[in-house]
Amino acid sequence: MNTEAVPVPNPEADGTGAYTWTGKARRWLLKQLPPEKLLPEDQPSYVASWAYVFGMGAVAGLVFIIASGVVLSLNGPQWYHVSSLGHFVNSVHLWSVELFFIFMVVHLWIKFWMAAWRGGRLLTWITGMLAFLVSIVTAFTGYLLQTNFDSQWIAFEAKDALNAVGIGAWFNVANLGQIFMWHIMLLPLAVGAVVALHVVMVRVHGVVPPIDAAETDAQLRDATSSGTDSATTSVTNSTVHPEVKQP
Amino acid sequence: MFEQLASTDVPISPGTYFGWGDVTIQSGNLAVIIVMVILFVLALVLPFPGGKRRK
Repeated sequence: MNTEAVPVPNPEADGTGAYTWTGKARRWLLKQLPPEKLLPEDQPSYVASWAYVFGMGAVAGLVFIIASGVVLSLNGPQWYHVSSLGHFVNSVHLWSVELFFIFMVVHLWIKFWMAAWRGGRLLTWITGMLAFLVSIVTAFTGYLLQTNFDSQWIAFEAKDALNAVGIGAWFNVANLGQIFMWHIMLLPLAVGAVVALHVVMVRVHGVVPPIDAAETDAQLRDATSSGTDSATTSVTNSTVHPEVKQP
Repeated sequence: MFEQLASTDVPISPGTYFGWGDVTIQSGNLAVIIVMVILFVLALVLPFPGGKRRK
């Protein structure tokens, strides 16, 4: 028998921690999303455009929705249906939703026309679409909780559609208690998780460059690589990096 | 409780609807769509404040 020792990598000695699933997970996470990508200090110059504002606008709207929703859930329907402060917080909740959807739809339009799934950003696009769909369901259950004639009308119109697709007996829009639980517990968790995943995917792959950004753009390639197109590079540097002094 | 709720009731109104042929839309929904289109166009044409100074 050959007893000659074969040198094997020793992850613990190397400090990589690859023996354990936590060590492997840490290595994979740090490779996918190093801290400088998760919390960058600056962005490419093309991000200085209103076209890149609406995603974060939607996130800001979501923060207001969750904060006002927490206040509403802590005090209950008898408070927000009757008291003036309750009415105000209820209205903040509604108008945050309006702004959330307005910003999200404009964000969707702009990213669609930018073909924002380019450059390996397919999962970013899919999580964004999922966030949109889950948000629609969440907003729908919110409209059912107005407990007025509007919500009654919406519920009994939706009832037929949900029965038609076979889930009406399980997801019963006429069951106010069930819809209340979905709206304040399950669906907010789903929206929060999908939006968080979407933002993480944006950080992993970076914001999508404009379609007309040339491949020779200094910001789209490794800063250490030197291109052969010196003329293009010098023009790019003069417009993108003002601190670079041109002769 | 019910008296309180009744006192805070807003008048029930069907709202204003616009229609062109088979298309009918409530004024609030139409306003939201117009606002979104305006924001989309403004985002494309308006310069970003301080954009030229940024890296």
